[in-house]
Amino acid sequence: MSGLIMPELDQKVLNRRLEIISALGRIVPGEGVVSDENEMRVFESDGLTAYKALPFIVVLPETVDQVAQVLRYCHQQGIKVVPRGSGTSLSGGALPLEDAVLLVMSRFNRVLEIDYPNRCVIVQPGVTNLGITHAVASQGFYYAPDPSSQIACSIGGNVAENSGGVHCLKYGLTANNVLGVEMVTIEGEIIRLGGKHLEAEGYDLLGVITGSEGLLGVVTEVTVRILQKPETARALLVGFPTSEDGGQCVADIISDGIIPGGMEMMDSLAIQAAEDFVHAGYPLDVEALLIVELDGPEAEVDYLIGRVEEIARKNKSSTLRISNSEEERNSFWAGRKAAFPAVGRISPDYYCMDGTIPRKELPTVLARMRELSEQYDLRVANVFHAGDGNLHPLILYDANIPGELEKTEKFGAEILKLCVEVGGVLTGEHGVGVEKRDLMPEMFTEDDLKQQQRVKCAFDADQLLNPGKVFPQLHRCAELGRMHVHKGNLPFPDLPRF
Amino acid sequence: MAKPDNATGADLHPKTTEDVLNAVAWAAGEKLPLEIIGQGSKRSLGHTMQTVHTLNMSGLSGVTLFEPEELVLSAKAGTPISEIVDLLDEHSQEMQFEPMDFGPLLGISSGQGTLGGLISTNFCGPRRLKVGSARDHILGVTAISGRGEMFKSGGRVVKNVTGYDLSKGVTGAYGTLAVLTDVIIKVLPKSETEQTLVLNGLSDQQASHAMSVAMGSNAEISGAAHLPAGIGGTSSMTLLRLEGFAPSVEYRIGNLAKLLGEFDRQQKLDNTTSGDKWQQVRNCTPFSSCQDRCVWRISCVPSEGYKIAAAISNTTSVEHFYDWQGGLIWMQIEDAENSKSDLIRAAVRSNGGGHATLVRASTAIRNNVSVFEPQAAALAALSRRYRENFDPFSILNPGRMGN
Repeated sequence: MSGLIMPELDQKVLNRRLEIISALGRIVPGEGVVSDENEMRVFESDGLTAYKALPFIVVLPETVDQVAQVLRYCHQQGIKVVPRGSGTSLSGGALPLEDAVLLVMSRFNRVLEIDYPNRCVIVQPGVTNLGITHAVASQGFYYAPDPSSQIACSIGGNVAENSGGVHCLKYGLTANNVLGVEMVTIEGEIIRLGGKHLEAEGYDLLGVITGSEGLLGVVTEVTVRILQKPETARALLVGFPTSEDGGQCVADIISDGIIPGGMEMMDSLAIQAAEDFVHAGYPLDVEALLIVELDGPEAEVDYLIGRVEEIARKNKSSTLRISNSEEERNSFWAGRKAAFPAVGRISPDYYCMDGTIPRKELPTVLARMRELSEQYDLRVANVFHAGDGNLHPLILYDANIPGELEKTEKFGAEILKLCVEVGGVLTGEHGVGVEKRDLMPEMFTEDDLKQQQRVKCAFDADQLLNPGKVFPQLHRCAELGRMHVHKGNLPFPDLPRF
Repeated sequence: MAKPDNATGADLHPKTTEDVLNAVAWAAGEKLPLEIIGQGSKRSLGHTMQTVHTLNMSGLSGVTLFEPEELVLSAKAGTPISEIVDLLDEHSQEMQFEPMDFGPLLGISSGQGTLGGLISTNFCGPRRLKVGSARDHILGVTAISGRGEMFKSGGRVVKNVTGYDLSKGVTGAYGTLAVLTDVIIKVLPKSETEQTLVLNGLSDQQASHAMSVAMGSNAEISGAAHLPAGIGGTSSMTLLRLEGFAPSVEYRIGNLAKLLGEFDRQQKLDNTTSGDKWQQVRNCTPFSSCQDRCVWRISCVPSEGYKIAAAISNTTSVEHFYDWQGGLIWMQIEDAENSKSDLIRAAVRSNGGGHATLVRASTAIRNNVSVFEPQAAALAALSRRYRENFDPFSILNPGRMGN
């Protein structure tokens, strides 16, 4: 990734900067256009801070009409556009380009409608994930997907990244919780997909938009479904002598028909770091620590706690605690929730990876990772969304040591390749962005990637929206549209027919 | 063996993915349209088509991966749904979105259909309002585009944001984008038991209110339907289903009954009776007897459902019932000669929006009305470009979907 090659700068656009600033200023008057270098610095990176670029011009529209006009203008003038929400992406999805307008959606920060009878909320895309829950909490409702950045990340960004969180197995990802969006295409057309009704009509473009990383359109309104908060939640904190035992326990819980609200695992280095940091009372003599949270009606939770306890004991748990109060439950989570900063304390820098693997492969992957750790001479701590197989290895390194970042990235790439090799994927919730862009061929063939890029062509034929992200190689749409058919010369005769 | 005769048409029966690839590549080269079918159970859904050749996918069959503890199943597109259901059942698991059996509604034998057809139509059952539809349970696909190229999307894990989600992108596309060859789905444990709380004698409007109150509680309802008088019996029935572990269901149904205490004509259906009742709702059994009448499936804002039904039934004679808390209306038109599409669509538009799909109608009627909800111009244009980027020569189920 350090040798990241971004699309060639468009010199013609760069030469017209003043004219473009003034044209954008006419569309978004007042403070809506930022062009001063110092003022633009704040936007130079997202959550993947290793990569920085100064935007060409920053625009902060306030209305859908302004978004449409800005996009229409940029389309007509052939100017690239990078959309940005709160800028918390961990994969560089909102990394600016030096010749692209950075379209910042933070002024779209209003909750437009709360509809309790239909259990949905309509918000502007700049509203934070947690902001939705806050808006409906008084009536006992919440918005289920809970990425760890939920205090800051915007719902528009969540749609772009199809954000997850720790409760995905039971409650789904963003895609399963969004009912509709209003979006603007690069041509400035305003399109509605879905709405308050339960399923959108026609092709599932809503499903395609969700997780498209800002390459297909700019979302200007989101309708999400909200859920009634579970009556109660209790957790078990279980230590295992080996990760195999922990992994088997997870498999047995699921085989027993139980889908916990959350199921998190940490390895010994992560446990140690978390315990040193928040003193959660975690056992330090275990190889794997599992938090199993059961939520729902009291009668159900109490019943299932007993069943999970039995399963854990059968799987050789060496320590086992069950929360008997909210305070105790929160203390179980305190270490897990602080795992990233805790690791940050024991190393000058850390690099957070995000692969997903079939759950059963966990012991194999952890073992291989230990070998790689020795080979690269870099420590790695693991936190694992055990319920859904999403693994976050944190590689500990020191950016001040020359070459160590590059070495870390190489190590990280090996881990992701390993995830793919065992039947998993490159990214579970952080997105491809620029970070995993060049690893896409590990998972997809050229034909797979070309078909994805053809979808891009349907939305943005000139490839002006967020170029340089997700796809390792940009193909022109005309080239992608070409057909290489061998008319009349196909190995058809072998096809059985009647 | 010679190539198919273009004039008379051929019924192609591929046995392998390679066969499908060859067949579609041939059709793309010749620019000849193909009708893609599995067992043919949903053949009368969507617009009628002018195709000469048929690509019958039923030979591409078999479950290729099933790991119950990983909650994942992969199968060839032509695998019968019944085979998958039986296999899952042996492990107390299921496709949680409750695939609909079109037998009763379309007047064909029950238990038909393939996985490919199920995904291509994205139909689901009453649990939609809790767990989503087929598109919420698809993890990955391998497919052949109308360009005659194989591509895959997604994978076998639940949490995956690697690239565009083309698995959802081809779900519900009625085979107009690509021919599915392999499908990977998320499967889930079956509930240990279920019970249904029935509220008797409510009007549509009262039922709408009751269902909204119930759904807004933390009773975790997995089905909310209303059968007006004449559909379920002489008196109307509002059905609220609770599923899960026995102690949980018992506890929740007690709370729910109290919460809805203002509706005093309550009864409870036990596991078996409840299961039978919901199967009828799911499969639209109430409209199985008059096969010559048009049936609409209206997806709308749940709280507006009763208003839409009222607006329509004030003008023409219909029978209807609700699922999804009122967000799904099944409606049968009494007049066998007329689908009443303008009336129905106007009622949906003026009551919160949504979409209406004509799911049962004669070929003649389907030739003359838009089976699917017409889209706004910009969205229709985008949808067309989207399709053309999968199938540039319109050789896959041409015209079956769209306006």
